[in-house]
Amino acid sequence: MNGLTAWDRVELARSAERPTSLDYINYIFDDFIELHGDRYFGDDNAIVGGIAYLKGMPVTVIAQQKGRTTEENIKRNFGMPNPEGYRKAYRLMEQAEKFNRPVIHFVDTPGAYPGIGAEERGQGEAIAKNLMLMSGLKVPIISIVVGEGGSGGALAQAVADKVYMLENAIYSILSPEGFATILWKDANLKKEAAEMMKLTAKDLYQLKVIDGVINEPIGGMKVEDTLVFENIKYKLIKDLTELKKLKKNKLVDLRYKKYREMGKYDD
Amino acid sequence: MAIKDYLTKTKADFKKYQSRNQVREYRKSMGNKNLYVKCRKCNNSMYYKDIEQNNFVCTCGEYFRMHAKDRLNMIIDSTFIEFGSYEEFVNPLDFKDYNKKITGARTTSELDEAVITGYASIGGVRTVVIVMDSHFMMGSMGSVVGQKITRAVERATRHNYPVVAFIASGGARMQEGIMSLMQMAKTSAAFQRHHAAGNLYIPILTNPTYGGVTASFAMLGDIIIAEPNAMIGFAGKLVIEQTIKQELPEGFQTSEFLLEKGFIDLIVKREDLRDRLAKLLQLHKEAK
Repeated sequence: MNGLTAWDRVELARSAERPTSLDYINYIFDDFIELHGDRYFGDDNAIVGGIAYLKGMPVTVIAQQKGRTTEENIKRNFGMPNPEGYRKAYRLMEQAEKFNRPVIHFVDTPGAYPGIGAEERGQGEAIAKNLMLMSGLKVPIISIVVGEGGSGGALAQAVADKVYMLENAIYSILSPEGFATILWKDANLKKEAAEMMKLTAKDLYQLKVIDGVINEPIGGMKVEDTLVFENIKYKLIKDLTELKKLKKNKLVDLRYKKYREMGKYDD
Repeated sequence: MAIKDYLTKTKADFKKYQSRNQVREYRKSMGNKNLYVKCRKCNNSMYYKDIEQNNFVCTCGEYFRMHAKDRLNMIIDSTFIEFGSYEEFVNPLDFKDYNKKITGARTTSELDEAVITGYASIGGVRTVVIVMDSHFMMGSMGSVVGQKITRAVERATRHNYPVVAFIASGGARMQEGIMSLMQMAKTSAAFQRHHAAGNLYIPILTNPTYGGVTASFAMLGDIIIAEPNAMIGFAGKLVIEQTIKQELPEGFQTSEFLLEKGFIDLIVKREDLRDRLAKLLQLHKEAK
């Protein structure tokens, strides 16, 4: 899909016609059992997590979930997690490590929710703890950005051995609107911001922030595009088969080195 | 020039600088330490030297922002051995005029970047010290800041030294886009290894501590200290207000608020910080 501007892709990534994380989960995995709650405060519907089979292999699946209708979006808080969502993810990742299950993340969020309650319950701390846990987790982690990868709220589920993006997904430090507002004091420059932020899958692959791009049909991903679901499933199986062969320390070392290289300028 | 005229001039000039609350720049620009500074809270004017001797705290209790080197002087025993300091510059987004911005920040702050790192001893305990400085592009974290912190923490892990870190940051360095986001992962990973090896990490949150820095190493301490009345949070006040369309409660996101909500261990005044750090470091050393 050449000829699309970065802003075109921002709009595709946010499109309500796009499959949500649960669409991917229901197609790719068998017997998905959703597990709830962070054990401290509540259950965040913006993050869905559970256990399932991937072609017979037990895995833990954790996903940021948007809605399609207004009603669904209110339930899912427009895919913007609160601290209890990240803490649920934390709990399920620790559980995955205990039972030696790989973890698969689906990322699709405008960002972590900026609200009073979120601050009171330590949004920053919740995200930070996930980054720390994921950098040392002794089971394979794969993250797929399927829609919006909004800032620290996305990164909290994207410190992984392999990070993939769908062709029209985006991943950035903040929204193009926010970027334009902060740096140029004008949210109307969002298109220019999108161009320069290097937020497309292709740009991020070139920057080595992600490990691969998953192609989409022309016009962007739709729920009925099962071929793409199949491709993702195949990729997950292939990668996990390889990653599971690695010794645990080697796996963690490789992950550490990968992030150690990012933004490196010397030594 | 008569002394009277001189004072009049400096007071007028000071107004210009007061808006930016940059006491040090003011002093430097006048090339003289014997000048008045004005507290923006109580409006009292006082000698810079007096403020300096009082750990940059006004007699009314208001905390001035501090430069990294002054913070070091406030807590270390004697010498500080700085790790490689670089005139490095990376511009992953080819952001226009970013290099000029960095050059400007280097001139006004006398720093190469928004953080300095090195060895020092505190209360006789050999420690790796990380000091962020909000006078350099609001202490924002880009690739160089992330790399310097990561390397410092790796050194601490290698030698089993504790890490003491002054946090002062508005968050990620927007000009570096996604690469500044990745520094959150990179620094957290370095602290994970330091943590897993059983080493002590004490961050000291100062005004401001926000965004990607809060959501990474600022909140990963074993014991988290904050200065009184510092502003600490993930999302900025404006963003929250715009999202929820209501005003925020009084005292929201202050150190005292975080203590009440259970996210920091201690609020320590500057005058007590040296002793408190020394005790904590010694106690952990003895247990080893």
